[in-house]
Amino acid sequence: MSILSGSNVPAAAVRRGRRRVGERIIEALLVIAAVVSIATTIGIVISLAVPTVEFFGEVSIVEFFTNTQWTALFADKNYGVAPLLVATLWVTAIATLIAVPLGLGAAIYLSEYARPGTRRLLKPILEILAGIPTVVYGFFALTFLNPGLVELWPGATKPEFQNLLVAGIAMGIMIVPTVASLSEDAMSAVPHALREGAYALASTKMQVATRVVVPAALSGIVAAIVLGVSRALGETMIVTIAAGLKTAGIPASPTEGAATMTGYIAGAGQGDLPVDSLDYLTIFAVGATLFAFTFVLNAISIRLVRRFREVYE
Amino acid sequence: MIKTVRGLGVASAALVLTVGLAACGSGGDDNAAGGDTGAELSGEVKVDGSSTVGPLSKAAADIYADEQPKVNVTVGISGTGGGFKRFCNGETDISDASRPIKDEEKAACEANGVKYVELIVANDALSAVVSKENTWADCLTVDQLKKIWEPGSKVNNWNQVDPAFPNEPLKLFGAGTDSGTFDYWTDAINGEEGAHRTDYTPSEDDNVIVQGVSGSKGGLGYFGFTYYEENADKLKVLKVDGGAGCVEPSVATAQDNSYKPLSRPLFIYVSDKGVAKPQVKNFVDFYIANIDEVVKEAKYVPLTEAQKTTLKSEYDSLPKA
Repeated sequence: MSILSGSNVPAAAVRRGRRRVGERIIEALLVIAAVVSIATTIGIVISLAVPTVEFFGEVSIVEFFTNTQWTALFADKNYGVAPLLVATLWVTAIATLIAVPLGLGAAIYLSEYARPGTRRLLKPILEILAGIPTVVYGFFALTFLNPGLVELWPGATKPEFQNLLVAGIAMGIMIVPTVASLSEDAMSAVPHALREGAYALASTKMQVATRVVVPAALSGIVAAIVLGVSRALGETMIVTIAAGLKTAGIPASPTEGAATMTGYIAGAGQGDLPVDSLDYLTIFAVGATLFAFTFVLNAISIRLVRRFREVYE
Repeated sequence: MIKTVRGLGVASAALVLTVGLAACGSGGDDNAAGGDTGAELSGEVKVDGSSTVGPLSKAAADIYADEQPKVNVTVGISGTGGGFKRFCNGETDISDASRPIKDEEKAACEANGVKYVELIVANDALSAVVSKENTWADCLTVDQLKKIWEPGSKVNNWNQVDPAFPNEPLKLFGAGTDSGTFDYWTDAINGEEGAHRTDYTPSEDDNVIVQGVSGSKGGLGYFGFTYYEENADKLKVLKVDGGAGCVEPSVATAQDNSYKPLSRPLFIYVSDKGVAKPQVKNFVDFYIANIDEVVKEAKYVPLTEAQKTTLKSEYDSLPKA
C-alpha cells in the first residue's frame, strides 16, 4: 500500500483521472477482501446457530450443561456436554503447560543469547515444526510417544491405549513454534536503548532478559500464548487419533482416553449419521459450544494484550 | 473443522474409488455380463437404506462409474427402516437392508403399488478378537459377551467373565457409535440396536482396534470378520456359542449361518418401477454380474455358488419393462 501510493504521488498531478480509476479499483478489491472474510464469519455463525437452536428445541439447555454423561449416539441417551468440555480443558492445559515454558525459553534464547548466525539458522528450523501436519503429530503420539509413556509410567494403573495426557503432550510440542516464534518477534522489537540502559546499571544478561525484555514484550508474549492456546482448543486430528472417542463420564485423570469437543465432532462426522436426525444436530450444538468458548477466550485475551501493552518512544 | 473432516472423507472415498477402479481393471471387465455395455446411459439411480449394506452398494457404484460415467448413483444411509420407508413411498429404486422386510413395511409397499424382489448380495460376519497373549479364552457364550458389553456393565476383569479365567484387567475396544458394525453388534449381543456400555475405546478405524487389542494382554474387541482375516497374524479370534455349541467364525460358517448370532445375510431390494428405467436395470445387472468383485471391495464374506444361482433366479423373477 505505502509503496503504491508513494510511487503514484509524483504522477498524480499529471494523470489525475487515471490515478483515481486505478485507486478505485484497488479500493474496491480491498473492500471485497474485507467483506468476504466478514461474510464468511457471519455465514459460519448462521450455519451453526440454526441447527443449534433446533437441537435445543429437543434437548433442554439445562440438561446440556448439568448432565455429566454424553451418550448421544447410544440407545440410552444423555446430552451433557461436560465430559467433552473437561476433556478439551485437560488437553489444552497440558499443552499449555508444555508449550509456554519451552516456547518462552526458546524465544529468550533466540532473542537475547543466541549469536545472529545461530539465530538465523535456528529460527527457520523451529518454524518448520509449525508446518508438520497435525495428523502426523497424532500418529506420532499414538504409536511413538504413548508406548514410551506407558513403559516409563511409575504408577500401577498405566495410561490407557489412547489418553488425554499423550494428546496434550503432542499438542504442546505442536504449538511450541507458534509461541516461540511470535514471542521472539515481540522481544526483538524491544528498543535496544532499554537493554543498554539496564547493562549500564550493571545488570547481568539474565536480569536484562527476565526483568527488562520480557516485561517490555509482555503484550506480544501474551498474544503469542493466546494464539497457541486457541490452536490447541480447536485442534482436531491429534485428539481424534491420540485421545480417542470415548465419552463415558467426565475424565477424572488425563491418563484416561476421552473425546474432546473437536474429537466428538470429527468422530461423529466421519460416521454414518443420518442427516436431519437429533444425532446429527449434536455435532452443531457441540460446535457452537466450542465456538462460544473460543470467542470468550479471545475476548479476554484482547483485554489482556491491551492491559499489558507498553509503548516506548 | 467439520469441513476439514468432510474433506478428509472425500479424499479417502476418492482413494477407495481409485482402488476400486484398479481392482475392476483386473477382472471386472471380463465378467461384465451387464448386457448393453455399448449404449451410453445417463440419469439417476437412487439407493438408500442400511449403513451396513451401504458400502456394498457404494462399491458397486464406484466400479460401475467406470462403465457408465454419466449415470449418477446416489447411495444414502438412512438405516434399514428409513430406507424401506422411502422405498415403499416410491422415492428410491433400490433399498439396502441388513434384515428381511417386515410385515408392516410389506403392507406399505403394497398400499403404494411398489412391487419388489429381495436379493441376498453378501454375507456379513463379525468376529470377537483377543490378544495373542490371551491363553485362557477360546470360546465365549453370547450371555458372557452380553454381560461384558451391555449398557451399565461393571465387568472390568476377565475373572468376572468366568471364575476360571485369570485376574487380568479387561480392555475393551469396539466400533464407533455410528457404524453398521456397532448397530449389528449391539443388536446381536445386547438385543437392542445402540445398547452398549459407554466406557470402552470406540474407533471408526479398525486399525486402531487391531493395535489396541494386540497391544494389551487383557484386550477384547470386535469388528468385521474380513478385517480379522487380514490381521490374523496379530490377533486371536474367539469362538462364539450362540446356544448350539462353540463355532469359529470362517467363510464357511458365515455362509451357512451356523456362526450364530454374528453372521447374517445382507439384502438389496429392487423395485419393478426402478428397473423399468434403463439406467437402474443396467446398474442392477452390473451389480449382480460383478457381485464377487463388489463383495470383495466392500470387505464382506462372498456368496456361495448356490447363493449366486438363487440371486440370479430371484432377480429374473422380477417383472421388467
